[in-house]
Amino acid sequence: MSNSEEDFNFAYLDEQTKRMIRRALIKAICIPGYQVPFASREMPMPYGWGTGGVQVTAACLQETDVLKVIDQGSDDTTNAVSIRKFFERVTGVKTTENTGKASVIQTRHRIPEQVLSEDQILVYQVPIPEPLRFLEPRETETRVMHALEEYGLMHVKLYEDISINGEISTAYAYPVKVNDRYIMDPSPTPKFDNPKMNFCSAIQLFGAGREQRIYAVPPYTKVISLDFEDYPFEASRAEKTCEICGATNTYLDEVVIDDKGTRMFSCSDSDYCNSQKS
Amino acid sequence: MYVAVKGGERAIDNAHRWLEDERRGDRKVTDLSVDQIKTQLSLSIAKVMAEGSLFDPELASLAIKQARGDLIEAIFLIRAYRTTLPRFGVGQPINTDKMIAKRRISATFKDIPGGQLLGPTFDYTHRLLDFKLLADGSIDEFEPGKDTEQMFQHVTQFLNNEGIIETEETSSSEAESPDLTRQPLEIPANRALRLQALTRSDEGFLLGMAYSTQRGFGRNHPFVGELRIGLISVEFEIPEIGFNIEIAEIEISECETVNQFLGSKTHPPKFTRGYGFVFGQSERKAISMALVDRALRWKELGEVSDGAPAQDEEFVLYHGDNIQATGFVEHIKLPHYVDFQAELELIRKIRKTAFEAKKG
Repeated sequence: MSNSEEDFNFAYLDEQTKRMIRRALIKAICIPGYQVPFASREMPMPYGWGTGGVQVTAACLQETDVLKVIDQGSDDTTNAVSIRKFFERVTGVKTTENTGKASVIQTRHRIPEQVLSEDQILVYQVPIPEPLRFLEPRETETRVMHALEEYGLMHVKLYEDISINGEISTAYAYPVKVNDRYIMDPSPTPKFDNPKMNFCSAIQLFGAGREQRIYAVPPYTKVISLDFEDYPFEASRAEKTCEICGATNTYLDEVVIDDKGTRMFSCSDSDYCNSQKS
Repeated sequence: MYVAVKGGERAIDNAHRWLEDERRGDRKVTDLSVDQIKTQLSLSIAKVMAEGSLFDPELASLAIKQARGDLIEAIFLIRAYRTTLPRFGVGQPINTDKMIAKRRISATFKDIPGGQLLGPTFDYTHRLLDFKLLADGSIDEFEPGKDTEQMFQHVTQFLNNEGIIETEETSSSEAESPDLTRQPLEIPANRALRLQALTRSDEGFLLGMAYSTQRGFGRNHPFVGELRIGLISVEFEIPEIGFNIEIAEIEISECETVNQFLGSKTHPPKFTRGYGFVFGQSERKAISMALVDRALRWKELGEVSDGAPAQDEEFVLYHGDNIQATGFVEHIKLPHYVDFQAELELIRKIRKTAFEAKKG
């Protein structure tokens, strides 16, 4: 692969494929939290590396966009670097690490700490889009359960968690209800990030390449984490302070720094951490 | 540390250079040519073309070279290339009666019109390492007999004349032959879509599934009615000129199984069929495919399912694709520390509560 414009269509996918994805995106925006089947293409990176997110980003990007790519909250993780390079190569759009300056942010496993704005799109990479999948392995069944809004199984699962562990034992990919209708998988973000989805100003798009599903949360949409009145949802984090920037309200990475197992805590959102330092 | 705080980009570049160096290997040994792969590793090429869903021996050879012989990686390269190609139409149905076969056997009859033709098969070789190949590999050229230059009627046709085997339905419209690579897979699938998924499924996965039916998990009593391998032409109708032209000649393997019958006192019983069709010389996969196809047909044939894995359309079709499978299985090596951190916090909290409760 050499220069973008000569060898590839803008953003790699052909225009027909982009149109097909945009149609799925529009449908997804119209039915918040509903999983729209789409004819996912094989991408030049493996399934599981973010092919769904990459296709959604490719369908959204225009020449004037500024792209940010994060994985685990950081711009410097290997896969974020790889996906950012891919889009630099096949679109030539500007890229940034600055959350505020990005118009499209593709993410794996985190929502940025900085509050997003109306002129931003957040694209999530999704491995298993079906929140009911681990309760019911059959897609034919789970589609019917969504259609009938039959979510009893999920509540029983959460109840059983509490009765066994005294806690809802889901720490990431914590299920949410969107617009009082569909139960949705927020992708494997830590549940600390769930409240950021609620009435978010930005468009939130979710792409699951291997599973061939797209779903969305339009701006200013109600997104509630499932819970019980007596066991309310709690956005948990390590109760520590970032040792780099001193933040006390961010999601922290726990890093082992020596052979004795000494730990250091620092912000997972590298851009936010940098902005607090200076 | 693979998630360097900084420097991920340099690490990736260096990893790629190292990979290229290892692929090339010892520079004292001649570089492997794509032509050598194409002409001497034809069964690897068959697998890459079948599971990559692209008939192009040259590109398959290139992919095998680039992938250092890892066939799933090579299939992935082919798939990623294939997806960028425009689909300009649908070819005419292939008529395998017109195959010029280099191998054609039936296990259901001692002899058949046209004869049994073994062709270039491993079947009756003794699996002894041929140490001569370590040194000089010069092999005499072989000239096949005249038998190989004819077309053969399908063996199942002889049963069909008697009405003793079910007649295959041909799909007449594009809607009945959807394109798995251009539409999301939705279950239930029709047989055309199932066959499409099976022919690009992983050979090992299909082999295991087929084997499980023979051992009793969805048994369907198969006989190989016919197995044939050879060349057939692919035709395409050009709308502007209004007739078919031959656009390619491809090698394929086809297997038709004859399976136990259906019927009752009032409906005379008939044999049923399983069908396998694969690019290249891939008879292991063609046979496996036919067994799995037959196992998946229980519903349309009015049988009762045993609930066996090979009879479960959703299970088979969703898990047979090796590119999807390898991606998802291997992706767990990517950084997951944010989620792991969330689990750590949760388990610490639950343990603390449990310890406190114990202390009372």
